[in-house]
Amino acid sequence: MMLDWLFASPADRRLLGTSRFRGPTPWVIAIMSFSIMIIAATGLALANTAGSLTRAVEARYAVEIPNGASDLDALAAAIRSAPGVTSVEAVPESEMRRTLERWLGPAAQSADLPVPALVNFDVKPGLALAPIERRVRAIAPGAQISAHADRVGPLLRSMRALQWLAFGLVLLLSAAAAAAVVLAARGALDTHRSTIEVMHGIGATDLQLTHLFQRKIALDALLGSLVGAAAGSLVLLLLASGASFAGALVGGATLAPLDLVALLLLPLVLTALATWVGRMAVLAALRETL
Amino acid sequence: MDGAWQGGPPCKRSREGSQLAAIAEFDSVGLRYGTGGEVLRDLDFRLTGGGFYFLTGPSGAGKTSLLKLLYLAQRPTRGRIRLFGEELSEAPRESLPPFRRRIGVVFQDFRLIRHLSAFDNVALPLRVAGASEEEIEGPVREMLAWVGLADRASARPPTLSGGEQQRVAIARAVINRPDLLVADEPTGNVDAEMAKRLLHLFTALNRLGTTVVVATHDVGLISASPGAEMIRLENGGLADPTGMLRNPPAGRA
Repeated sequence: MMLDWLFASPADRRLLGTSRFRGPTPWVIAIMSFSIMIIAATGLALANTAGSLTRAVEARYAVEIPNGASDLDALAAAIRSAPGVTSVEAVPESEMRRTLERWLGPAAQSADLPVPALVNFDVKPGLALAPIERRVRAIAPGAQISAHADRVGPLLRSMRALQWLAFGLVLLLSAAAAAAVVLAARGALDTHRSTIEVMHGIGATDLQLTHLFQRKIALDALLGSLVGAAAGSLVLLLLASGASFAGALVGGATLAPLDLVALLLLPLVLTALATWVGRMAVLAALRETL
Repeated sequence: MDGAWQGGPPCKRSREGSQLAAIAEFDSVGLRYGTGGEVLRDLDFRLTGGGFYFLTGPSGAGKTSLLKLLYLAQRPTRGRIRLFGEELSEAPRESLPPFRRRIGVVFQDFRLIRHLSAFDNVALPLRVAGASEEEIEGPVREMLAWVGLADRASARPPTLSGGEQQRVAIARAVINRPDLLVADEPTGNVDAEMAKRLLHLFTALNRLGTTVVVATHDVGLISASPGAEMIRLENGGLADPTGMLRNPPAGRA
């Protein structure tokens, strides 16, 4: 069986002594696993938030009427009656001024301050805007129609960049964990060089020797990645339970069930990666001998 | 342990068939390490299956290097070596383990695995060959009893005396009933009585069909083995290239 090596006999386990779980390897992998868990969760949450935001604004437009609009209701009705429009929300000048009061105070009510009125509307995806634009201009010639997607585009691009940065960091940390495993494997080979020479001398194959080291590496990696992932999960749970403020900021960034499954699989993926890299390192080192 | 060495080694099968053919053939073999000069040169000889050979020569003559070639720890830099009828000078390294399992090696420094018990050290070749624990238990206990270490089975090498470690190393070398037994200065660390017992052990193994090659400076050991033949090395070459087996020890001449 493919995983026979994982269930070595007590005699085989004795061959490398009782050094399992000693040394820095499990701890290095635990730190990597913890970091990967946090960064991957952040990347996934960013991806979800960017996705939600994209879906929310991709078919949403705003009509901006300079200096308010006395015929705001007529404008909203004209837009609502256009084919392909799915929802319309009028934001009168007074509401805009109330919003601005948070930043400007009583000055927001000043007649000297020009404040536009807005009509937000959603359309079916792919709808041509020209007929709606004609209706708008017929009622408010100075009105401007803009896509929400254009306004939040820079934010979305930043979020996507951060998301890919997070995934890149996950890959880098995985590579660093793999490098740590290679160093640990070489160290283990040096430590057990005399045992390897004796084993080779009595006819042990590279694969027999590799299985001994591979098992130790796999167990160290599994322990380290589970500890790191558990700590990472705890931090994520704490963040999630007390994140109403953050949730409000990012529009309620969440992780989908599939994301949680992916995060829970991370320790196993990291273990598999470490085991494979360790196996390759040991085999390569053994091939340098006769 | 007195008496424990007096009989032959535990054996369940005969090796009569292995005594006829050449077990090792060296053809113009040379060996150098790195960019240095040749430590072995122009070696041409053959070892017959079932033979008993002493490898002698002054320190630095190349005895250990020759043994390394014999137990496949080193490849020749030129020439050809046939072992067990197979050309192995340039054989892929993946093909070597089955041949190594047919060779028992007693190192001068024993090379026991320090963190394993005497039992586990002796059992290693059987485990490497894939024997089950049930198949291992009996023969290893028997072998340990044979070398007088039945009550030291669970002791680790650092707690054993030099002589005891040597017996564990010998038990490990012969547990698989090798076709070829190679011993490098096996009496280098033992007293005369132990050396005599060692020789008795090797002779017993040889009678059972194992080809024995012993590298030694010990003239007493050589003289006490009138049936053995001698290979003498000097400066990396055979002292008598045309008749390396025609240089018997003085005691036998």
